[in-house]
Formats: sequence, C-alpha cells, structure tokens
Amino acid sequence: MIGSPDVVAFTKEDEYGQTNPDPYALPEEFSIPLHPLADSNPWAKTSYAKFTKDFILISEFSEQVGPQPLLTIPDDPKVCGTFDLNYFSLRIMSVDYQASFVGHPPGSGYPRLSFVEDSRVVLGDSKEGAFAYVHHLTLYDLEARGFVRPFCMAYVSADERKIMLQFQELSLRFSQASECLKAGNRRAFAKELQRKLRDLEYTHSVLQREEGLQREAGPQCIYSAHAVEKANELANVEKSIYEHRDLLRQISSYHCRPRRDPHAVTCQKCMTECLSECEALLDKYAKLANPFNYTDKGGKGEERQSQIDVEGGEEEVEEDEDEGVKRRPSYTPQLIKAKSAKCFDKRLKTLQELCDQTFYEATVQLLKETERSFRGDLCYLHTCRLDKTLRRRQRVTNFLFEEDLGDDDEDEGGTLRPFCAVNHAVDNYTLLNPPPIVLGPEPLELDSLEPPDPLDPASETSHTQESELGVGESHLESSPSDQTLETQESSEETKGSFSSDKSGLGPAEKQQSLASVRSKPHDPDSDLTLDPDHNTGLERESSSEETTAGEDEGDTGGDQTPVSLLEVVSELEASREDDCERGSDGACEMESDLLVPIDTACCMAQEGFLYEASAPEADPHLDQSSHHQPFQTLVVNQEPQALLPLQDDYAVGSPCSESPAAGLELPVGLLGDAVSRTSVEDGSDCTMSASTGSERAASPLGYGGVVTLRQRKKAGQGALRFVRQYPFAIQALWCLLSGRTLVVFGADEGRVRRLVAALALFVPGPGKCGERVQAWLSCPFTLTDLQRWKLIGLQRVASPVGSSMLYSLSRYSRYICILDADQKTLRCPPYHGQLLANIADHRTYIRRGSTYFLHVQSTLCRLAAKAFLFTFTHHLHLPVSSTEGPEVVEGRRRCFLQEQLGLGEEDSQILLYLSQLITQQYLQPATGSNAAAPCFSFNYTTSVLYKI
Amino acid sequence: MTADLGWSQTESCFGGFSGVGKLRAPWSLFVSTLSLLRLQKSPVLCIGEEQPKNWFTELQVLKGHFDIVRFLVQIDDFRCASAGDDGLVLVWNIETGERLQELRGHSQQITAITTFTCNDGLMSHTSLITASSDRSLSLWDPDTGNRVQTISDLQSSVKCLLVLERLCVWVSGGEELCVWNKDFQLQCHRQNHSDTGITALIELPKNCIAAAMDKEIMIYRLTVSPDSSVSVAELRCLSDHQDQIRALININDGLFASGSHAGELILWDAVDWNILAYEHILWEESQTCAQAEIRLGAPKPSEMSIQHLTTNGQLVLAAVGSGLYVYSVLTKTVVAYRKVAHDSNILHTMLLSDSELMSCSEDGSVRMWEIQDLPLPAEPASAGFFGMWTFSRSNKQTGPPSKKIVDVPNIRTLELTGDLIGHSGAVQMFVSFKENGLVTCSADHLLILWKNGERQSHLRSLALFKKLEENSGL
Repeated sequence: MIGSPDVVAFTKEDEYGQTNPDPYALPEEFSIPLHPLADSNPWAKTSYAKFTKDFILISEFSEQVGPQPLLTIPDDPKVCGTFDLNYFSLRIMSVDYQASFVGHPPGSGYPRLSFVEDSRVVLGDSKEGAFAYVHHLTLYDLEARGFVRPFCMAYVSADERKIMLQFQELSLRFSQASECLKAGNRRAFAKELQRKLRDLEYTHSVLQREEGLQREAGPQCIYSAHAVEKANELANVEKSIYEHRDLLRQISSYHCRPRRDPHAVTCQKCMTECLSECEALLDKYAKLANPFNYTDKGGKGEERQSQIDVEGGEEEVEEDEDEGVKRRPSYTPQLIKAKSAKCFDKRLKTLQELCDQTFYEATVQLLKETERSFRGDLCYLHTCRLDKTLRRRQRVTNFLFEEDLGDDDEDEGGTLRPFCAVNHAVDNYTLLNPPPIVLGPEPLELDSLEPPDPLDPASETSHTQESELGVGESHLESSPSDQTLETQESSEETKGSFSSDKSGLGPAEKQQSLASVRSKPHDPDSDLTLDPDHNTGLERESSSEETTAGEDEGDTGGDQTPVSLLEVVSELEASREDDCERGSDGACEMESDLLVPIDTACCMAQEGFLYEASAPEADPHLDQSSHHQPFQTLVVNQEPQALLPLQDDYAVGSPCSESPAAGLELPVGLLGDAVSRTSVEDGSDCTMSASTGSERAASPLGYGGVVTLRQRKKAGQGALRFVRQYPFAIQALWCLLSGRTLVVFGADEGRVRRLVAALALFVPGPGKCGERVQAWLSCPFTLTDLQRWKLIGLQRVASPVGSSMLYSLSRYSRYICILDADQKTLRCPPYHGQLLANIADHRTYIRRGSTYFLHVQSTLCRLAAKAFLFTFTHHLHLPVSSTEGPEVVEGRRRCFLQEQLGLGEEDSQILLYLSQLITQQYLQPATGSNAAAPCFSFNYTTSVLYKI
Repeated sequence: MTADLGWSQTESCFGGFSGVGKLRAPWSLFVSTLSLLRLQKSPVLCIGEEQPKNWFTELQVLKGHFDIVRFLVQIDDFRCASAGDDGLVLVWNIETGERLQELRGHSQQITAITTFTCNDGLMSHTSLITASSDRSLSLWDPDTGNRVQTISDLQSSVKCLLVLERLCVWVSGGEELCVWNKDFQLQCHRQNHSDTGITALIELPKNCIAAAMDKEIMIYRLTVSPDSSVSVAELRCLSDHQDQIRALININDGLFASGSHAGELILWDAVDWNILAYEHILWEESQTCAQAEIRLGAPKPSEMSIQHLTTNGQLVLAAVGSGLYVYSVLTKTVVAYRKVAHDSNILHTMLLSDSELMSCSEDGSVRMWEIQDLPLPAEPASAGFFGMWTFSRSNKQTGPPSKKIVDVPNIRTLELTGDLIGHSGAVQMFVSFKENGLVTCSADHLLILWKNGERQSHLRSLALFKKLEENSGL
C-alpha cells in the first residue's frame, strides 16, 4: 500500500522555525537541552538518512510496472547507499500534480495530445529522512497510453531546508533539464509520427489497392463480409491517418501555444528549428496525397535511416528528411495490423529513445552540473551565493582580494548553456518568465538567476509577451485541463503545499511579480554610486539582505564581520557621523570640512583645479616612525652584529637547512595531514627550471593558472601556519598590504614556494593568474621585477650568482622586505599598527586553514571597503572650495584616516596603497591601453631586522 | 637606530662596488674586505633608507631601448627624447610614461642629439636633429615621427651639434666643422687639423662659436653675407689647457668655462677670450699621499678629470672624477666640494637651485645634494683637498703650487639629501622636468621616470573624479 508521502508545507521561515514562543519558557541560554548529544552537532540530524550525499533521481511511472527508478546522478551505487530507490520512486511518483488529461476533449473528434506543464513539488519522507524536490514531466510516446509517459526528476537531500530555500534555483535548473528532455522528445515524437504516418499511408495504399482489385473483381465482392471488413479497415486506417496527422499538427503547434508554466525556459533557436522541421513534416502529410504514388517510393532508405540515427546530427537529419520528402523515403513502410498489440507485451521505449540522444546527453550533463552546484551544506551554499552576489556588486574593489568573478560568470553561463542541447549561443535562450520573487525567500538569488544581460531585447519582449498573452490566455486555457478529478483530489491533500503550479499564484500576483521584475531595469551594479539618493536605497537594500541572511541562517545573526561592502560603507558612514558629532569638542579643526556631504557635483565645479605640489617637506610619518624606535612590544633583536654571520652565509651560500630554527616548525600532526599533503602538492607541481631570467613574460608560476578558491583555501592553511610560526608575521603582512615587495629568500625551494603560496593571500590585486606573484626565482632580480611582482620567492644560492643576487637584494633593499626562510628573519620597516593584529596573531585560536582563510577574507574585505570609501570620497582628495589649499585637503585626509578610521600612520599606508590600486584599476581602461608602464610607489623609511 | 646600522653597513658595502656590480660577480668573496675599505674611506656617504627630503617616491620604468641610452633631450614641458647606442630615438610622454614615437633610421649609435626650434612668427615648432656613427644627420618631427630631412655619407661622424637660433643655422662638429641652414643645406665647412676633432661646441656673443678640440679651444666667427650665405672664419686658438678638454659650457653672456682631463677649470671671457680664472683641482691624495706614503702610482687621471660642467650663471658645478666641486663665479672661489660624492665617475650633474644639486654616476645611482653651511665653523675643511690658484693670463704658471689655501673662509659642505637607486648600470644622463619629475637614462637600456608620489596620487584622484563624473557614477 502506498502511503501518502509527507508533503512539506512551504511556509515562511519565521513561521516555520519558531511557532509562537511560550512566554513563560526559560530563555534559551538557561534551558537544558533535552538531547544534548543530538544537539551538540547540528549536522547530526541528517545522519539518519540512508544516503550520505544529495543526489538526483530520475524515475518513471511505467504503465507496465509502475514507478521505477531509471537513473541517479551521480551514477554511483554508493551515493544512495541503502536507500531504497524503488520505494522512494514509488512515493514521489504517487503524487503527480500534473494535469494529465488523456483522451478526446469534448467537441473534438481526434485524440488530443495533452500539453502538460511540468509541476514542481517538494516531498518528504520523514521516516527515511529524505526530502526531495520533485519535478514531474511527461514525454510523448506514440505507443504509450494517451501518448504520454510520466517521468519525474527529483533532487533528493536529507536536508529539508536546503530544498526549500533552494527551490527557485532547483526549479530553474530542473526546468531547463525538463525543457531539454521535452525538446528532444518532441523531435523524436515527430519523427515517430512521421514513420507511423508513412506506415499508415502505405497500409492505406495497400488496402485501397486491394479494394480496387475487389471492385474490379465484381460487384458481388463488394458486399461480402471480407470486403466489408476491408472497407472498415480502410476507414480505420484513414481515420488513423487523420488522427496522426492531427497529432503531428498538434505537436508542431506546440510552440505557438502559450506557456502557462512560469518557470519554463526555452531556447529560441531550438524552438524555431523544431518548428520548421515539424512544419515541413506537416506540409508533407497535410493532405492525403494520391495514395498510389506511394508504391514507387520506399525500400531504399533503410540503411540510410539507421545511419542518420547513429549520427544524430540534426542538420543532417533535416536535410535528409527534406530529401526524403522529395525523392526517397528514408524508411520502409510496414503494413499496420488493424489491431495493434496491447501494451503489456511490447517493450516500452527507454528514456534515451524517447528523447534524441544529443538532448538526452545534454540533459544528463545539465543535471550533473546541477548536482555539482548544489553540493554541500545549505549554510555553505547560502554563504557562497551571498558572497557571489555581493562580490558582483563590488566590482570596483574585487580585484584586490577576491578571486576572479569572471570565472564565476562563465560558470553561470555554463550552467545555462547546455540546456539547449545543441549548444546554441547562450544569448539565444529566453527565460519565458523569471522566477517570481514572491515565492523566493531570498531576494538575493534574483541576481544570480537573472539572465546575464537583463536588457537583452529578446528577453524583454518575451516579458511583455508573457504579460500580454500569458496572463489572459493561460487563464482561459488552464481551466479544462487543470480541473480534473485527479488534481482536485490531490489538491485537497496538498492544501498549502508548495507547488509551483499556478494554484497559488493568481494572475494578479503574477503580474505584480512581473512588474517588480520590470521595475528593476538597470544593472544592479550601477547601484554603487555615491549619489546620496542611491545610497539610501542601497542601504535599505543591504539591510534587507542582512535580515534575510539572519532569517535564513541563525548563526550569521551574531556574526560581527560584515560581508557586504555596502554594509561596511554604511557602517563607516555612521561611525563617521558619530565621530563628527563627538569631534565638536574642537580637537579637530577640520571638523567643518568633514561635514561636507559627498557630492559628485562637487567635482564638477573643481574639475580644472590642480594644486601646486607642495615644497618637498619632511614627510611627517617618517618622523613619527623614527620616534618609535624604542620597541617595547615587538620582538626585535637589535644587535648590529647580527648581520655578520648572515653575511657569511650569504657569501659562501652555506646551506642553512640545519639552522636551529628548524626545530620551530610546527609538528605536522598538529595541523592534520592536509597540510603535509598540500605542501607536497605545492612542491611537486613546480619544476626547478621554472625561472630562468627576468626577461621572460610574467608567467603565472605561482599557481599555473587562474587562482581558484580551493587553492586559496589551501593557502589559508599555509598562512595560518606562517602566522603561528613567526612572531613577525604581522610585519610581513603589513609589507604586503602596504605595497612593499616581499622577497622570500631561502635555499629550499619547497619551503619558499609554500611560504609564497601562503603569503600570496595577502597580495592586494594579485592578478587573475597571480601575475604579481613570482613563486621561485633563481636569478638576481631587477627593478622591473620589483615593479611587476609584489611577492617573490628567491633562491639562495652559493657562488657568483648568489652574490649578485645578494647585491640586488641589498641594492634594492629600500623597496623590499626580505623574509629569510632559512634564518627566520624579516627585514622590513617597523610596523606598530593594530589593524592587522587580528589576522596576524600568532596565538590565534583558529586551527583550521579554511577558517583562517575566511577570517582573513573578512578582514581584507573590510579593508577593501574602507579603501573604497576613502578613494571615492571627493573631499578627501580634492578641495571643496577654491580657497582651500592642498594642505587643507591633506589635513582633512589625515584627519579622516586617523580620527574616523582610527588608523595609525602605518595602517594608513595600507589604505593609501589599496586606494591607489583602486584608483589605478578604475582609470586603467582609459590609460592602460597604450602600454604605459605601471607606476611603482615607495617611500623612504628605515628597515629593521626582526628575528624569531 | 642600532638595528638599522647593520643594514646600512651592508648597503654601503654593496654600494661600494655597485658601479661594476654586474662584472664583479666572481669577486664576491672579497665583499667584506672591500666593504671595510669603503667604510673607512667614506663613512658618511651612506644616507640610508630614511630620506625625508627625497620626494621622488614613485617611479616608472620606461623600456624600449636595446642598448645603452646616452642622451636625453627635453622637447617641451611634457615630452622628452632619448637616444642611445641602438640608434633609436624614442619620444616619451613623461606625464603618463607612454612612448609616443619611435624614430628609427640610424643604423648605428647616436652620437649627438639636439632640439631645433623653428620660430615662424606665431608658431614655434620643435624638431630633433640627430647625428649618428653611421655618418648621417637627420631631422625628425617628434609629433609625427617622420624623418623630415636626412644627410648621409658624411666624411666623418658628427660628435656635437649646436643650433644657432638667431642665425637660423646649425653647426655640426666632428673632424670638420659644418654650418647648415634649417633646410639641411650645407652653408660652409672647415677642415680641422686636430686628430680628435671637435668634441664640444658653444655659442659666444658676436656670432662667434667656440669649439673644443683636444687641448685647444678654437674660436670661429660666422658671418652672414647679404645673400644669406654663411662663412666661417677662424679667429683664435686658445691652448691653455694641459690636457684634453672634456667640458665646455657657457656660464652667462660674458663668461664661458672649460674643464680638462687633468682637472683644470678655466673661466674665459666670452668677448675677448681672456682667462679670468684658472683652477686646478687636485685631490688630496695626489699631493700628501705622494709625499708621505709609498705610492703605487700616480692617481688615475680620471680621478681628477672634469667629466662634466654645469652652471646656473652664478655657480659652476664641476664633476671631477667621482667628486663634486661647486665654484662661485662671483667670488671666484670654491663654495663647496665633496671629494667622493659617488663610488664611481660622475657622468652628469645639474644645479637645481642655488643650494640644491644633483649628480649621476657610473655606479648606477643619482644623488641629490644640498649646499649647507658647516655646522661648526671652527672645524676647517680638513686641510684643503685641492690646490687652487687664481691667475691672470699673463703670469700663468704651471709649476707646483706656491700657496695652498688651507682655509677657505666661507666654505660650505655638500650634504647628501637623497639618492635614487633603480638603474643597474651607469646612469648616463638625466633631465629634470621640475615638479613633473626626473628622467634618467642608463647603460642598462632603461629609462626611469622619477616622480613625486604625492603629486601623482593627487593627479590620479583628479582623473578618477573626472572619470566618475563622465561615467556619471560608478
């Protein structure tokens, strides 16, 4: 007995999660958990599911054997473990919300193809601990009952919330897959019809000939039982021909039919191709041509047809079919028995046969893609998505610390591409109706789901079409098919269930959602202006984002690290206002200037203003740093002689691997074997001959390609290790972040490379492929190298080469910091700031590399936000009125950095450097094209030698 | 501060042989001894990394040449041209660092380059004249990069060029002296007797020019006849230098100066070509050491050779070997000096103001100096490092110094205020664009554009907000 599956109610998160809290209950922090063991691990909840990973299941409701699983993605028996696929298929197929109306609608003489829209539903089996997004679809099969074969694709997961919250995306992706399957299916169906029609016409002609013979034989034969039977048969065949022709007409009119499915996605090109193909067929069979002329055709094309089937190339098919229409049939017609075999003794077509092979493969590919993209915990997915969306908004600063988004965009395009099985260009596709916002709990997702070019005229027009046609006509049309008994029954059970069938979404609402989609005509990226009007809007938006984030995952609520750039900006703005208020005690004479609103009109007035360079006067921060000479907190060894043994080492190049500091390396076991594996990998992928000279092009040696998130996370481990191991890590990080080239100097290539890989995390604007990082260099470097690379791994060698290398090291020492990996020393300007203290704390409690990586990311993101604000705040760089001199601006800038951002001199340098990078990046398209050399900024400060 | 000391020592140690750093690689083991020697010799010369007065905090490396870049000329406020041994002339925009033009045509190294400004009433147009070892002369338009005129198959290669804008002619000097008009037509020429040929040319009043040839200075007069043909007459030969003349400059309308390989600096009257002052620069070693210690040999001539002279009208700055020497024209005395200003020969100098000067050297560095009063007047200039005489032409002697001025009353010191390190070869020349920056060219095939980082960042900010406005938002 098939039990009714749990249909999961789709409710708002707040209602769902915390239903009317008991006012008398103890606050949560005082209550004793009932099941401490279960609660200790929030992920333990999912452990009673019989499968370990999410998977995609495709099942069919076979008219012969009932529900049966067809395949899983990934196609690995391990995936579902002991989970009973048969049972689960049965459960998910037992609820079909599709309006599967079969048969003759009243008033029409021919059987009608039911144009059934897909249905999407979330089902759960609490006993099995399995939840599924189920996408029902029907494919046409001439031999099937009612010409339809019900299928379903299900995304099975142990986490119900994951499915609920990803519903939109799942729906979109499965719709794509479904469209793909159906497109292929229509093609195959049309082909099948064609074949059938040919058979029928052949049979018809044979029967006619027989009848003619009978007629010739004499009138007495006409009325014989045999003749009557023949005549009936002929009539039947004729009727059948008409029916099939009508089917063909129906299938080719498929495209003209307005879609009622709000999630349907189609490829325009596929559509038109399919349409023209069907029309060609339709033309061919439109009239019952002289049946006798059929006999002279046929018989030759058999092997040809099979060949076509193998090739599967659609153009070929089309061409051949055209030819076939004119010259020879590609199929040997068969005589059709009046009584066809009943369903149980024939073999049903497989899914592959039902759809074109190409389309089938594309679908599987698409589903695989889907499975891959949904891998991981909901929390992870959500953060990723959030991260991606936010990063898309901060294009100006992304290049600093984020990995390349262009890659992701491609990925996005990639997921959209294969749904059009024949790989048409991405821009061909049309999202008939973007997922409605009302249903989605995450407004954020809208961005990611929107087509890459929202202004694409094609999609625009389709929107309007939809709004004109869809709302009006679909309402009319939906009535007959939707109101079947079956649906009514099921809809009773599923009251309040979340199904995207339009039951819950009236035309008005739909229009509303459309309107809301259309009311966002401009690119979301253009929002990042400092225009005050926009700003308020943005703040509102970002706050709404925050609330959704809080709703979605309770744990982000308490997180103190804002991820959103805008959030940080608004936060800063707020704190700035606070500061301004506080600053009224007269401490800051720039106060009045600081109250100047950020106004772009300002720069309009001051456009031509150029201030005279102030006379070269002592840089105040230089003075300051010299006052800081007596160190108290930092571990600095101040022996002037300390260098002498070092020099000897340099000169003779003695291998320093046996240095006493070697013992300071952390035991590998502490950090887990992931580290050692990482290091081995990092060490092995490089060849010794990698570096030959500074003249070669900047090859992305550091990573050997686009730096991926995974590599960066791995690097996080190394960075954590570095921070824990070296007390002067903070200085090293400061050097990198303030734009001073860091040279990692060592004899052991593996160690140097590891250090470089770890430190590369902190190189601002490392380039798409880590162009600013040189992992291993074994020749002396020049100034151009310093300009090009911000992090260099340098080989310590004995012999002449080594000395010239040392020479370049000392010669350019004012531009670089030197981290000696063998001696464990760092030579760089002193840093006393606090900004980096939280990412370079060598007593940090963070133990995992990826945690540390995220920690670093959030800090760097914060920095980037500050730098963004600093860069684009007009009055910090340019005078507000013409009477202001450059020193006023300078003072204002200083005041902003110190008072408002609370940055010391050295921390300000980080911000200034980041700001400079942002400026350069922003200006680059204008000036960068003509191969002007990049600028290299530095300052003259004394360096000190840090030791462990 | 102590922590710093260690590194400044190493710095000076490496700075010590930096000029030939590339070649010295096999001698690396002598590093420490060398550095010790250097430390004793010039303990103050290392300024270290803290240079508050050095405002060149940004640089751009300009690539394009394939060989030593020897010449830089300023075309206008934002352009300069560089030329070198690869025969290429490149025109640069020093505001952006772009390479504007590439003037190709010479097959061998460029030996002289100068700007040629044509003033036709309203417009003034600047062209470039180049001379090359391939014995050709070319006129270029730096705006279009076209070779406007060219003369090849000269008898000898031209070593120096002089434009006389007043007469609208220009003069080329080599083994022969040729006068050309602005259309590159030879007006007249004069063969020289000297083997070395003319190495320097300057313009003197009354249509005269002075040409340095080996140890002599020839004075020529150009006369323009009514039919605008030009003729050259030899007026006087000044042969007062004991050694080859290395530098010849105009000081002001009434004075010019010449410096020789032997360290003689002579100030001449520009009108009647009399000697106004004669200065023989001898560094200390050549005298005291020679007497007191066992000398392995005389000081190398290059140690007192006047490599370059520059002036601002009141002061003459002479690059003598690796030292600097500031001479006041008014008082005819030495104002300040630095015996070892660089680790190697100084190639080019410039007076930025009355108190600031700049020098570049074979050691690959550019150094900035300030003429400062001695902190303690009581401390004399530690027994003058140079002998000094002031003679009139008539009683000129060549004997040993009769009187050694030990105390120059108001002598001041040259303090190092900053250095620019970037080139890995000898810095051949530099051109200052005032606040816009400084261009240096070097034997390492590179040009470096040194800029004021603060000013640049301000300019970038301006550009940023301008673009922001153009794009109307981000």
